[in-house]
Amino acid sequence: MAKHMNIFVAVQSDDFCVASEYAELRRHSACGAVVTFSGLVRELSDNTLHSMTLEHYPGMTEQALTAIAEQAKNRWQLGAVHIIHRVGTLKPNEQIVFVGIASAHRAAAFAACEFIMDYLKNRAPFWKKEHTASGDYWVAAKTSDSQALARWE
Amino acid sequence: MIKILFFAALRERLDCEQYLLSCDGKMLQVTDILQQLQSRCHNWQQELSRTDLLCALNQQLVPLNASVQDGDELAFFPPVTGG
Repeated sequence: MAKHMNIFVAVQSDDFCVASEYAELRRHSACGAVVTFSGLVRELSDNTLHSMTLEHYPGMTEQALTAIAEQAKNRWQLGAVHIIHRVGTLKPNEQIVFVGIASAHRAAAFAACEFIMDYLKNRAPFWKKEHTASGDYWVAAKTSDSQALARWE
Repeated sequence: MIKILFFAALRERLDCEQYLLSCDGKMLQVTDILQQLQSRCHNWQQELSRTDLLCALNQQLVPLNASVQDGDELAFFPPVTGG
């Protein structure tokens, strides 16, 4: 867990509450905009997903998420950045990731939220394994995610 | 000693979580270490030759030409899939 410069980063097995994160983000009175994103465990097209296990690299994960939040704060005027990522075994429809941004105006908050998700998907050391009716499979990285990152470079 | 960690699908395919490598105080490149690990057996040769292999040195992503020294923590893993 890292808490400095209004950056809050957590990697946890516990679920998170979007309402309490939002309440915390809107306390910054100079901020006129809050944008939040939640990522969920998506069911497979044939409805065979039992659960998903998220593995990570303890220590590096927290550092990588903090570095991503700092990059966003260097790029845009932001009041606060919250990133929460869950690890362990999750069921379909459970929450995996939360990104919340508070800023003076909406453009910076929307952009920073997308930037953080694109970086997180390509740089933060998490790996998903799906447990399905036909066996366990590691999720393959998508080229669309690396292409999404390229637009910020 | 250099502590080498493997994660996710790579850890499973190598059947190894952690490997300690003696470097005799020498400065090495990640590629030198990969060569040593690849020479262990055919499976390690194949798995550690994958072009999408990522490497972190002391918990920061680095290119394979990065220099490694005694006491460092090195990690190899497949492309990340969080979020």
